[in-house]
Amino acid sequence: MSFLSVRNLSVSLKGGPRILRDVSLDVSAGEVRGLVGESGAGKSMIGKAVLGTLPRALQIDRGKILLDGDDLLMLDPRERRRRIGANVALIPQDPLTALNPSRRIGRQITDRLVDILGWSRSDADARALVLLDEVHIPDAARVLRQYPHELSGGMRQRILIASAFAAEPKLIVADEPTTALDVTVQKQILRLIREMQERHGTALLFVTHDLGVVSKICQSLSVLYAGKVVEDTGIEAFFGGPTHPYSAALLAATPKYTDPEGSLMPVPVDVIAQVQAEVDAADAGWV
Amino acid sequence: MSEPKMSETPTMADVRGMVRRRIGPRLWLPGLWLTLLVIGAVFAPWIAPQDPLAQDLFTSRLPPFWMDGAEPGYLLGSDSLGRDVLSRMLYGARIALIVAVVAGTLTCLIGATLGLIAGFYRGWPDMIISRLIDIWMAFPPVLFAILLIAVIGTGLTSIIIAIVVIDWTRFARVVRAEAMTQGAMDYVASAQVAGRSRFSTMLTEILPNVLPTIVALLTLEMGIAVIVEAILSFVNLSISTDSPTWGGMISEGRISIHQAWWVLVFPLIALFLTVLSLSQLGEGLRDHFDPVLR
Repeated sequence: MSFLSVRNLSVSLKGGPRILRDVSLDVSAGEVRGLVGESGAGKSMIGKAVLGTLPRALQIDRGKILLDGDDLLMLDPRERRRRIGANVALIPQDPLTALNPSRRIGRQITDRLVDILGWSRSDADARALVLLDEVHIPDAARVLRQYPHELSGGMRQRILIASAFAAEPKLIVADEPTTALDVTVQKQILRLIREMQERHGTALLFVTHDLGVVSKICQSLSVLYAGKVVEDTGIEAFFGGPTHPYSAALLAATPKYTDPEGSLMPVPVDVIAQVQAEVDAADAGWV
Repeated sequence: MSEPKMSETPTMADVRGMVRRRIGPRLWLPGLWLTLLVIGAVFAPWIAPQDPLAQDLFTSRLPPFWMDGAEPGYLLGSDSLGRDVLSRMLYGARIALIVAVVAGTLTCLIGATLGLIAGFYRGWPDMIISRLIDIWMAFPPVLFAILLIAVIGTGLTSIIIAIVVIDWTRFARVVRAEAMTQGAMDYVASAQVAGRSRFSTMLTEILPNVLPTIVALLTLEMGIAVIVEAILSFVNLSISTDSPTWGGMISEGRISIHQAWWVLVFPLIALFLTVLSLSQLGEGLRDHFDPVLR
């Protein structure tokens, strides 16, 4: 049974257009699922819906978000927050704004362990040291006393990864965790996330627009277009030959080093038309 | 590996860094003036050379000590009723400081709290508070103050109430904007995901980042409070005439400016230096508190 199961989730702007259209996806325990799509396809919104941090302007029209078998949307807010806090964590996109600038690194990692999960301070402090070691930060004791601005972007992303794994969540939502980083750092961070994921056996919902990243880290993926899942498949099957023409076009659009000019091609117009027709068809039954 | 030490209390290295970091004239010059002022105000009954209320027509309009005709014991001269200017200034400093500290702090507490709630919670609390701010700011402040005093009567408490009622919007507006920016940051989302309540997030994540701004505004507000008190004294709406205030002295000195300019000029200088010191102190403190700037 899958740990996270999103069923027919529909989200729309209050009194406005639909953002997510009957999205269904599953993440099994220990599985890494990629979530790809163009900008504005709604991939981050799925992550936010799962984490309970959807912007105020959006509303969930229908659907279920089953976490370990219980529908989060049916729980009262306090219980929902508790469940999410205990089981799910976030690796945010931008390491520069994801750490509180006025507080020391150590406290930012240990605070939620102590305040919310009820750890003792000394346990939490020891845990932070172990975690920083796991994400290969040298001189961890000193870094824990520093402020975020004293560290580089790559270092901060490592800390955020360590922080996400701190409470041993069963699921981590990674919202484009490498997008804001330098390409050379990206590779290290990606390898690190994979290493941590394997060590802790955490399920990962990996939101990205980079198919190269997907091929390195994911076991399965969902392709999103205009808030609709157009393909849901295993990683070998996808890179072997995607079934949906839009996925095929996305794959074909990935630039290749061997042919930088010819390989950079946009998604063909007729494919867009077809996938848009599917979206419209899905909307036809929507009141 | 050494014992983990992650307390927020400064370590030795931090303390050394703080000492090495130049405090700068921006902090110590205003600090010096304000310290002198506080000492003068607190010990006024002991250091004041004369009774600030004692009138004596034989000693009226004495010039300050470096001019001809000055009398010992009247260092900064006397006014037309023969009252010692220095003594009156020292007692006036008491009123000025009480108003600055009490009115400043109360304004800060009320304004910053409302601003923080509006900026972080958004939704209907923000609607109500923001509309309130808009309505409030449409009133001309001095007129509003005079009106208010006319209704609730004069006196120290009235002045403080007037300042708080009029000026809370200054804090609310700035803090709201700042809280909104901070609220959009990813670390707030992370705290929410971790299961922190909204209220606790506001206090632990948002407040520390807004604090440097609040401190800067607070000292600025103290300066403004001193000025407002002086304005109200000037139009005779402050404390009763038998307790000396800087504004009252300026107002009285205005009449005899050609015969005894010192009655007007010395309180004016004190007022000017105090307000300037407070605003400079605010800037300096903000730089000092901000972990990114320092």
